Amino acid sequence: MRKALAVGRKELHQILRDRRTLLILLFVPAFFLMLYGYALNWDIRHVRLAVLDREHTGESRALISSFVNSSYFDIVAVVTSTNDIEHLMDRGEVRAALVIPEGMSRDLRGGRVAQVQVLINGDNANTATTVFGYAQAIVRGVSAQLQLEMIGGRALAPPISVDPRIWYNPELRSTLFLVPGLIGFIVMLSCVVSTSLSIVREKERGTWEQVRMAPITTVSYIVGKTIPYFVISLASALLIILAARVLFDLPMRGSWAGLLVALSLFVVGALGTGLLVSTLVDSQALAFLISLLVSLLPTVILSGFIFPIASMPLPIQLITYIVPARYFLVVLRGIVLKGVELHTVASQVGALVIYAFAVLGLASVRLARERG
Amino acid sequence: MRRLGFLVRKELQELRRNPRMFPVLFVAPVLQLTILGYAATTDVKNVPVVVVDGDRSPASRSLIERFDGSPYFSVQSVVSGARAAEEELTHGRAWMVLSLPPNYGRAVHEGTPVGVQVIADGSDSNSTTVALAYATTLVAERAAELARDRQPAGAPAVGSIESRIRVWFNPQLSSQHFMVPGVLALLLMVITAVLGSMAVVREKELGTLEQLNVTPLRRWELTVGKLLPYGLIGVIDVFLVVGVAVFWFEIPLRGSLALLLWLSLVYLLCTLGLGLLVSTLSSTQQQAMMTSVFFFMFPMIYLSGFIFPIENMPAVIQPISYVIPLTYYLVIVRGIFLKGVGLEAFWPQALALLAWGVTVMTLATLRSRKTLA
Repeated sequence: MRKALAVGRKELHQILRDRRTLLILLFVPAFFLMLYGYALNWDIRHVRLAVLDREHTGESRALISSFVNSSYFDIVAVVTSTNDIEHLMDRGEVRAALVIPEGMSRDLRGGRVAQVQVLINGDNANTATTVFGYAQAIVRGVSAQLQLEMIGGRALAPPISVDPRIWYNPELRSTLFLVPGLIGFIVMLSCVVSTSLSIVREKERGTWEQVRMAPITTVSYIVGKTIPYFVISLASALLIILAARVLFDLPMRGSWAGLLVALSLFVVGALGTGLLVSTLVDSQALAFLISLLVSLLPTVILSGFIFPIASMPLPIQLITYIVPARYFLVVLRGIVLKGVELHTVASQVGALVIYAFAVLGLASVRLARERG
Repeated sequence: MRRLGFLVRKELQELRRNPRMFPVLFVAPVLQLTILGYAATTDVKNVPVVVVDGDRSPASRSLIERFDGSPYFSVQSVVSGARAAEEELTHGRAWMVLSLPPNYGRAVHEGTPVGVQVIADGSDSNSTTVALAYATTLVAERAAELARDRQPAGAPAVGSIESRIRVWFNPQLSSQHFMVPGVLALLLMVITAVLGSMAVVREKELGTLEQLNVTPLRRWELTVGKLLPYGLIGVIDVFLVVGVAVFWFEIPLRGSLALLLWLSLVYLLCTLGLGLLVSTLSSTQQQAMMTSVFFFMFPMIYLSGFIFPIENMPAVIQPISYVIPLTYYLVIVRGIFLKGVGLEAFWPQALALLAWGVTVMTLATLRSRKTLA
């Protein structure tokens, strides 16, 4: 342990001498959370909608008003021809349009299928998909509703109604969903970046021989290498979480102790990932490249940060199990949004423990072999 | 020119001596694009649902089957207590709880009004919005169906309304079509910016920059010679990832391939130049890595319109988007792939990209003289 501390002190000296790196590690993450937390938002409320109603009946008005009442669409234009719609869409003044054809009510009463048209600007597929799903659901819902009303006049219909409740994020603010993801991403990246060069640097500079000869066990060496970065990363991560609470009203419904445990596990795993990369390669350039490839895009795309894992194809879902942020995000969102205790998300916490041990273990094995 | 040739040869030799680099440079982008292209989807599918069936009648089972049979939901389990179901929601094993009251079957049978409860986990706001809308729809359709069944025989049929949704600019509305070009651009940026940012600083750290100093190499020769081999790697990667996009994901390449390749070269000029600039500004490779990750890659991911629409960003932040070269390249790549448009549509972006590349290269070259002096 004393020897581990000695390595830690040496590492700390090195960090302190490189002020730029230290400042970046400590404060830039919080600054970025601020910047991106404000910037990122994919609320699809107030989609600007143009309406072309060729029907003007009670039914067509019912359809239009359910688009408006959904609070996701704002009618900004009522037009009389499809040319107008094209014009508005091309100039980006509306992002969606609803076209109700003549004869819709007649078709309904006549037992035929009436078709209404919805046009969506798909240039951002991510938000367009949500608008698409929502518009589809609205039309189907109105269709069922109108059927009921028409039949209801003749027979006693049993209306089943839905009483929806939304937990944890009742206003459905996308910020509450994205900010925890952003926290996980920033922590993961700054940890991996801080350790992935630490061992390979010694190899490249030729100081590795001294480490090899030093009377210290591999495990103490790894522990010593990790401790200073652990302290820095944990401090910076807590700073980010505090910033999120102040700036974005991120709630804290669970316990700080639980959060601290989960955060520490995640930080250790992320630092270990960097160390492992560092033991696997011979040049800093390669370490840089590999650590980005394993942490940058996978943490954005495969962690459930932005894209729901349940919607991915099964083989890809299996791959997400090796992305540590996947587990951390469930725990973090659970603690801050739902107020869960650690034992409630025990399997995720367990996975974080296993991940941390696995990467650190592998790094030790690699390192022991390198030291001969 | 001969001197330039020597430098290029030296750089290539250094690359060759690091053979582990090659699989990473060429296999990793292909692999990543393949995996990430599938993962990046915002479609709402297979939302895990837990059902509290207080009724356990044929009527309640038929509604549950309706949920499970739809592509939007996947029923995880049917439990009898509300507590157990809510726990699933808290654990995150389910996103939605559907509760059918004990009198559901009787009410449906007798035709009296009955309410079912849906509790949704609102954490993922967009998916929840869509999932709730689907749930409401499925229930309403079931209600209409029941009403139709109770109609006396011979009553006139009632029609339905169907939506024909047409999506402009991305007719199949595939997240893949939108995201794959974006991932492609990001991967190119990561690889070339990493290579560029390590180029000069490695020599600085190893102390071999002094040796380059005393050679009669000119500034521009140093820049070009350092970057040419990496540019070559970048070009090979362009071919690889465009190949994956076109042949594996079958993203329609509606515009001109030649134009795409030329503008990709301009983009590589930006990313390599950016890397080189970082390299000249840093004194250790660690610093170079930090600087390029935090100050170039983060903004490129989040502020370029890669995932999040720029027009949704607050007005103060939008200008930042327009100093990021990826913003322009994304418009170009998506334009060529999805809209099939050419320079006439995105010449401002192409011009901005070119100006960007030239500026950053010039800056990097000027800086490298300072470090050499």
